[in-house]
Amino acid sequence: MSIEAPARVDASEDNLYGYQSFKLGEFTFSRDEYFVYVEWPTGRHVMSADAFLRALQRDVAWQFFYGTVNFDGVIGTVNHYGTVDLFAGRYNDAYRKAELDHLENFETPLIKATFEQMLDNWTNTGFDPFASPTETGTAFGIKAGDNRPAITRHRVTARRMVNVPGDEPLRNDDNGHPVNRQFADVPQGEPELHPEPGFEGEVIAFNLFAYLSRSQVTWNPSVVSVCGDSLYCPTTEEYILPIIHGNDRVEWFVQLSDEIYWNVEDRDTGAARAKVVMRPGDVAAMPADIRHQGYAPKRSMLLVWENADPELPGLISSGQLPSTAVQL
Amino acid sequence: MPGLPSYTTVFGSLDDYRKGEIDLIDDDPVRYAFSNIFEVASTSRPYEKIAVGKNRQYVLEAIRAEGTSGWRTAPHDEFALVMDGEVEIRLRKLGPDDPVATAPRGSNQLSAEPGGPPMGRVVGRRGHMTLLPVGAAYQFHADSPSVILLQTQDGPDTVYKWAEIIQTVP
Repeated sequence: MSIEAPARVDASEDNLYGYQSFKLGEFTFSRDEYFVYVEWPTGRHVMSADAFLRALQRDVAWQFFYGTVNFDGVIGTVNHYGTVDLFAGRYNDAYRKAELDHLENFETPLIKATFEQMLDNWTNTGFDPFASPTETGTAFGIKAGDNRPAITRHRVTARRMVNVPGDEPLRNDDNGHPVNRQFADVPQGEPELHPEPGFEGEVIAFNLFAYLSRSQVTWNPSVVSVCGDSLYCPTTEEYILPIIHGNDRVEWFVQLSDEIYWNVEDRDTGAARAKVVMRPGDVAAMPADIRHQGYAPKRSMLLVWENADPELPGLISSGQLPSTAVQL
Repeated sequence: MPGLPSYTTVFGSLDDYRKGEIDLIDDDPVRYAFSNIFEVASTSRPYEKIAVGKNRQYVLEAIRAEGTSGWRTAPHDEFALVMDGEVEIRLRKLGPDDPVATAPRGSNQLSAEPGGPPMGRVVGRRGHMTLLPVGAAYQFHADSPSVILLQTQDGPDTVYKWAEIIQTVP
């Protein structure tokens, strides 16, 4: 049995504002009171610290997710499930044409450790990059403490279904999950269970909508039920998805409550493809060759349905499977 | 001076849904397979299993629950989410003489009531999700039209009618 050595993070001493700077390959990352600065051999980029930390939080918590996590139109990562590309301008037509784009591939433990330390060092007390804008403090200012409980939350990954004995538990006030203020009207009653004697552990149900109404976080899919590689990953959405997600497989959305507006772009160039307005009961497939960003004016419930089959990205990129879900 | 807002969470139902839309800029609407569960269920026969999502062998089926269904079983777990109304879900163990599943995946209709002991029942309403466990058979009952979203795999009774249910023109 081999024990993997912890990845070595290349971090500087604190700068004038109290923050460390980080070096990853030929990329450097630094921040001040308001902004994050990213530099690479052929260019530089600046983002709001607020937006950068919200995106970084998802990238870290999701283990780089399926496909591409664009922090914005310039910076992002592509998951190769063992290694991760860090890129600047690679999926931006103008940067590519100007040959200012840059991409490096890293072993997952190294980029994960670097991003985790960056997130920890740059997140101040009171700022929760997983929460909605009105439920958190400010990302700005000089270094002031940390918020480790917020950035290291347990990510729900049910093995069979929430509320199955031994699996992920229900949420309630006592375990730190009060009903969100925007879901105060969501009925909290649980299903009626009438098991016969001896079958108490097999007759299982739960109130998914009540469960979601108690979510502490936004734009954070978590697994609540598993059918082979078919994963129900519902999430609550408010304000703007902090990343632009580029697919490497077809991803389905089922709108459970309220309304979300999606901007859909070409995955590789960023060219506009469509706008999708989803209302309760709507179902839509996001093709494997697009990227998308959602806007939710009120906290809503979205069921993200994923196929976690690890062969899918290769089958689609090689043309053995189409990039769309349905052929008429 | 505005006061504190009170929020109304909007869900859909058979009687009250408002479908969204796709605004095309440079794309084909078929690629998005855009449909609405309540619209599909409003035109379905009771317990017809209409695919509204498909990802290789995995499907999401919109089911109109009305009256009592036949007994079904699957060689894997399935999950029934009530999207509208009230549905009773009756569970029984399969008996040794029950016919085995005729397909390697998806739910199969049983020709008769299963021979195993009753496991119990669940009464689910909007938002309630029930495990339909492997090794069991299940039957749905709804006194009035209700809607179920089933997480399963495609099987012999999965109905595909994409051209009728999805947006195909800009």
